[in-house]
Amino acid sequence: MRESAVTYNRLPAPELYPILGIMRASDLLHPRPEGLYCPPGDFFIDPVRPVNRALITHGHSDHARSGHRSVLATQQTLDIMGLRYGENFADTTQAAQLGETIVLDGVSISFHPAGHVLGSAQIAVEHQGTRIVASGDYKRQKDATCAPFEPIQCDVFITEATFGLPVFRHPPDTEEIARLLKSAAQFPERSHLVGAYALGKAQRVMRLLRDAGYDRPIYIHGALERLSEYYQTQGIDLGTLEPATVEGGKQDFAGAVVVGPPSAFADRWARRFPDPISCFASGWMRIRQRAKQGGVELPLIISDHADWDELTATIKETGAEEIWVTHGREEALVRWCELEGIAARPLHLVGYEDEGD
Amino acid sequence: MNRFAELLDRLVLTPSRNGKLTLLTDYFRSVGDPDRGLALAAITGDLNIAAVKPAMLRTLVTERMDPVLFGYSYDYVGDLAETVSLVWPQTPGNIPNREPTLGEVVAKLQAASRSDGPKVLAGLLDSAGISARFAIIKLVTGGLRIGVSARLAKQALADFGKVDVTEIEELWHGLSPPYTALFAWLEGKAEKPRNSAMALFRPVMLSNPVGDGDLEKLDPADYAAEWKWDGIRVQAVAEGGIRRLYSRTGDDVSGAFPDLAGAMDFSATLDGELLVGDPRQATGTFSDLQQRLNRKTVTPKLQQQYPAFMRCYDVLQIGDEDLRALPFRERRGRLETFVGTLDPSRFDLSPFVDFADWQALEELRRAPPHPIIEGVMLKRWDSPYVAGRPKGPWFKWKRDPHTVDAVLMYAQRGHGKRSSFYSDYTFGVWSGGEGEEELVPVGKAYFGFTDEELKQIDKYVRDNTVERFGPVRSVRADRDNGLVLEVAFEGLNRSTRHKSGVAMRFPRISRLRWDKPANEADRIETLQALLDR
Repeated sequence: MRESAVTYNRLPAPELYPILGIMRASDLLHPRPEGLYCPPGDFFIDPVRPVNRALITHGHSDHARSGHRSVLATQQTLDIMGLRYGENFADTTQAAQLGETIVLDGVSISFHPAGHVLGSAQIAVEHQGTRIVASGDYKRQKDATCAPFEPIQCDVFITEATFGLPVFRHPPDTEEIARLLKSAAQFPERSHLVGAYALGKAQRVMRLLRDAGYDRPIYIHGALERLSEYYQTQGIDLGTLEPATVEGGKQDFAGAVVVGPPSAFADRWARRFPDPISCFASGWMRIRQRAKQGGVELPLIISDHADWDELTATIKETGAEEIWVTHGREEALVRWCELEGIAARPLHLVGYEDEGD
Repeated sequence: MNRFAELLDRLVLTPSRNGKLTLLTDYFRSVGDPDRGLALAAITGDLNIAAVKPAMLRTLVTERMDPVLFGYSYDYVGDLAETVSLVWPQTPGNIPNREPTLGEVVAKLQAASRSDGPKVLAGLLDSAGISARFAIIKLVTGGLRIGVSARLAKQALADFGKVDVTEIEELWHGLSPPYTALFAWLEGKAEKPRNSAMALFRPVMLSNPVGDGDLEKLDPADYAAEWKWDGIRVQAVAEGGIRRLYSRTGDDVSGAFPDLAGAMDFSATLDGELLVGDPRQATGTFSDLQQRLNRKTVTPKLQQQYPAFMRCYDVLQIGDEDLRALPFRERRGRLETFVGTLDPSRFDLSPFVDFADWQALEELRRAPPHPIIEGVMLKRWDSPYVAGRPKGPWFKWKRDPHTVDAVLMYAQRGHGKRSSFYSDYTFGVWSGGEGEEELVPVGKAYFGFTDEELKQIDKYVRDNTVERFGPVRSVRADRDNGLVLEVAFEGLNRSTRHKSGVAMRFPRISRLRWDKPANEADRIETLQALLDR
């Protein structure tokens, strides 16, 4: 597993671990086809196939799937899974309090906020003196719709790398929302369709609009309805939301801001809006060609993932001596770690959507 | 700088013409001098920054970051200017309290010498944010590629000042950045700028197509007819030693036609068609002409192989005498005498087409004597030369378009109002021997159908999708399945870019042939025969 070229590691040589009673990190967590597996604790983190015991970082569908026997996650993540899959998405569930330690077969587990979406958590796994933190997806930018990321000291930090290239630098989200509002003022006869993922991004965009003083009703696609309601019950005020259904004809939506899942805007659903300007709230919008290919007229660079600067700053903050890089552009982040003298390797996990943001 | 950067970002992603005009007029309204004028110059290609070269960029950036990480980044983004703007390391101590204005950036770049160019550029990039860095790099590399032509920018000026675009075009070549006097006039704060420059463009007179029933109301005796040559419309202006060839919209194209400009040893303004060949012997085809188009410079070999000449059909000015108010009959008389004094290998007269009545002309129109004729022009004998497109004095009566039955192969989602519709269609015709027929794409069209037909095709595309590639779907198209489209087009060029070897000019969907089986669509040989004519 360990590449011999990596000499920066300050831990004792791995072959000494059994003698010293230290757990080798790769014996504590390693990839399997089902997902990231912990043999001593007999559980998976964010498994992509049904398993006996699953720990779930957050409610996005590529991380949180239905059909596991038991699921351990934050209460909000469990609620969101219930909304998406129905109450019987798993045989048994257990809610993890943030910061609280739970012991599974001698392995200590704790959940810590990841700042990704409502309920999202990093999972710290500790056994025989070795602590690994699996970040799940995370970001560092302020977000009024979820608890902020907390850096956790650890030996190994498993980081996501969705935007793991130096080109990805997310601007402040308030600037992006200001551009949306400016465009809405510039083109009052057109509607602005904001494509945003149904869990997290959509609610964040709505909340940002409210924080910017936008007080007109926001029209939403049906796919956003239940999750947005749930956010409101969790104390996140999104203001007046109305279904984007046709009643009085197209003029209803002149000057309106409509939020829906990106896929809906390519669909026949979008035909009800007058001369719409398609906007897409995503970190991918940093790259012009991505926006152009998708027919996006107003890209909004709003991401729920860490950008390059956040990724590299977080790696340093965790104090981890070894970094495992997963889903995304692993090679650039591994290269950066090498230049910084931090041991790093890609962790090839299957089944996560590279495009997710 | 940020306002300009934002304008570029919006323009490049806004497909609709009206949307672009709104963005531009808003910018002109809300940004002061000299920034708006410099932005205008950048868009129209009239801003020159000599000392800073694009090749410096890569060196500058790899001096500042790990070349491997830069390589990964460039591979991913694919565009050097964009990559550099994104990865340029921001040194916290270097950021000034405010970003530089466009005026300051341009001043610094233009003042830079060849030796301190890289340092000046790096300093500017240090002081700017991501969007502004991209804009600075675009200024340096030239060619903004934001989908805004000089013509559109002039239209935006006209909208902004509520004047006719021909007024802008007429003034344009006498003005220079940052166009302060022009903006002052457009805002009603000053008189219209007086143009003292030489060899200016005069807005051209345009024709209307002959519509149904138009001719019945007209007396053939009131009109002269000429062949409609399928070259490019040019205006040749020579005055006070300055010689210029202008396109229909007032763009200076002299640089691409030094051979023709070299023969303009006169003082006059002529209107005509630019063609290639030797007018005394043979006129080249459109494919020949294409060899000379869209080039900034041209080699001697090309000039020799495809010499440019002008087929003159009007004269606007001779010496100091403005002839535009004279009737066409008189201008034509003056033109004939004048062209007689010019180099006959570079200038000739557009000949009249004799006809007794509309029926006779119709027959001539249908069967023109030369492949580069695309119809006839009708001009009222008594018409003065008026800028724009007045209805009545000039008509164009085009040859009927060619049509071909092709099979729909790919469909792409449209933009704006059409963003939920598959509205851009790539179609093909059959090639290959019996039993081995396959479709080769021959063109792409996105108009010609009604809204109702668009809905029908959209449904067909969704129901018959084979594969998806982003916004593009490939549609089931084989011998037994497929939607046949009757495609109309104006002409065919040889193409080395397309697998089929042909490229259509101005293709559009003329009819949906729901009734026609796919295997009865046309074959590539039908198109090749058109090429060889």
